Amino acid sequence: MPIAIKAEGLGKRYTIGRSRETGLRDALAHAARAPLRLFRTPGAAGGGNEMWALRDLDFEIERGETVGIIGRNGAGKSTLLKILSRVTRPTTGRAMWRGRLTSLLEVGTGFHPDLSGRENIFLNGAILGMSQAGVRRKLDEIVAFAEIETFLDTPVRHYSSGMYMRLAFAVAAHLEPEILVLDEVLAVGDAAFQQKCQSFIERIVGSGATLLLVSHNLHAVSTLCSRVLFLDGGSLRRDGRTEEVIADYIESVSPSGDAAEIEWGNRDDAPGNKNIRLHAIRVVSGESTRFSVDIRVPLRVEIDYWNFVPGTRIYTSIHLVEKTGVTVLASANMPSFNTAEDDWYGRPQPAGLYRSVCTFPADLLNEARYSVSAFIVADMARLEAAAHHAVSFHAVDINREREHHAIVPGVIRPKLAWRTELVQPLP
Amino acid sequence: MSAFSSGAGEVPLTVTQPGSAVVFEWRELWASRELLLLLMWRDVRVRYKQTMIGVLWAVLQPLLAMVVISAFFGRPAQLPSEGVPYPLFAYSGFLVWTFFSNALFSSSQSVVGSAPLITKVYFPRVLVPIAAIGARLVDFAIAFVLLAALMAYYGVPVTWRVAALIPMIALTMALALAVGMCLAALNVTYRDVNVALPHVMQLLLFATPVFYSATILPPRLKLAAQLNPLAVLIEGYRAALFDRPVHWRAIGIEGVVTAVLIVCAVAVFRRMEEHFADVL
Repeated sequence: MPIAIKAEGLGKRYTIGRSRETGLRDALAHAARAPLRLFRTPGAAGGGNEMWALRDLDFEIERGETVGIIGRNGAGKSTLLKILSRVTRPTTGRAMWRGRLTSLLEVGTGFHPDLSGRENIFLNGAILGMSQAGVRRKLDEIVAFAEIETFLDTPVRHYSSGMYMRLAFAVAAHLEPEILVLDEVLAVGDAAFQQKCQSFIERIVGSGATLLLVSHNLHAVSTLCSRVLFLDGGSLRRDGRTEEVIADYIESVSPSGDAAEIEWGNRDDAPGNKNIRLHAIRVVSGESTRFSVDIRVPLRVEIDYWNFVPGTRIYTSIHLVEKTGVTVLASANMPSFNTAEDDWYGRPQPAGLYRSVCTFPADLLNEARYSVSAFIVADMARLEAAAHHAVSFHAVDINREREHHAIVPGVIRPKLAWRTELVQPLP
Repeated sequence: MSAFSSGAGEVPLTVTQPGSAVVFEWRELWASRELLLLLMWRDVRVRYKQTMIGVLWAVLQPLLAMVVISAFFGRPAQLPSEGVPYPLFAYSGFLVWTFFSNALFSSSQSVVGSAPLITKVYFPRVLVPIAAIGARLVDFAIAFVLLAALMAYYGVPVTWRVAALIPMIALTMALALAVGMCLAALNVTYRDVNVALPHVMQLLLFATPVFYSATILPPRLKLAAQLNPLAVLIEGYRAALFDRPVHWRAIGIEGVVTAVLIVCAVAVFRRMEEHFADVL
């Protein structure tokens, strides 16, 4: 297969601590000595700390490959995307690609709230590199995809956020790129919208385009991508088949490898913001926090968080992810996920430290390594704190030593009701 | 590279690497002409959609200035107005001034104002200041309709010399672009530019024969006016409108200087644009 994208010694350096606050005065003082310096870039004149967001990155991607890019915050994912979408240039090395590359670092780039849906379609199309004739040809399709027929001539400021997202994505969906670079766009919108995005991406991939997907959503990466690049501290840590790299990633992001508990001693370092902060997450089996848990025993996930804003309505949610990246389940303390009563769900909560506990029944999980991500959402909409793969544990199937020896296939291993009867005896 | 060249002959190769050519990639600019028109159209559309009196603003700004200046300044001070009624004289000058200074203001803050676009998607960055200036051409056209009405009212005849307006308008925009591009690029790093510019423009307004005629200046200041590119331009507009010989030599020199300025501005802009997204 011919190569679609190639990076050679790609690096990007940022200068921090010497920003525009330095102002014109210093620059003019420098300029008095070297007049052309004024038109140099900040940082070129020295001073401030240098930080390599990306360093010596080499990779090749073949045409038609679907590649995920994963890594922690600050690993260089966004920088790589910015270089590939030519928003910024590399400091060292070079990147090159063959064919029309479309990058969606966000949906609705350039949308203007005062312009109508129709006007924004043309404007956004042009910004994304579509010809006006092309947009006109596809206008009906775009409008139908976005389901905004009756609002086509209404300014988008009057749109609901769902309509806005659909319209923005609809334009992008009709670009017919040869190389598609996506950044987390799957993470927004309702379930129906996400379904639409997913099928759009599958269609593009099916048409033989090359896909580069940056996401925290390991499930999306593992369903869409056959290969994963794992970035760590600005360099390529692993490059290989999706399952292997994701397993590696989860291993590495689990704090200190094997912790079933994490407690943020310093409140300011904890995930969250001035409204809500996580305090601790732990996996409890029996009476104590354990890394190795017996699948025959009920398991509790405890999430401690601070609420600093009295009156906030909060819900807590978790994702349970198996080592290959499969999200086994997601749950929250909402009635539709809850077999117990939660005293605080849906109620305005006074400021304070809260603990949400989710209990898993015995005999549910299979023998595997799992990680838990926790999310705190305020007022049903605002994600205030997120801890991805914050704790992990190993579920052990004690029985298998005695009865069946091999690991049981399957994501879960519940005990089900079995009964055998003799239907018809033979003479 | 070898895998790249084999079997993919007709698909274009894109390379991104440090440093950039000082000259523009003309083919790319030409390919972006639709985007330029749309950015221009967006600026105009949004500006006139947001305000209640919309289009009227483009007329009101120079018109009110003309009324106030004529009433409080032109008549009491008995300012000479080169053979045309003073209100028409003042309006014609202020029309050009408004066009230039609005074009300069818009373009110098255009890159900062387009940060959401520049940090998210690639397109030739120079379209941003160009579109900002182009959009001001629409304001100018609207205000120009009032000028035509004023000329009809005062019975000032229109002659073939009015064709000289075309190079004048082109030169005004080119000058605004040359300065505006530099300021737009500098503004990204040094936000002080936006604070300083209105003051500079205000001083320049006093030093330019907009509301008075250059003929009343003492010889030394007359020389200064001849070196002021805006004074030369306004003089050129008035010659075209009021059927007087155009000083083509002065205009020609200014054209050459502007062309040199544009080349420098392009070099500055190209040099700084690769870091726009990092700083914005």
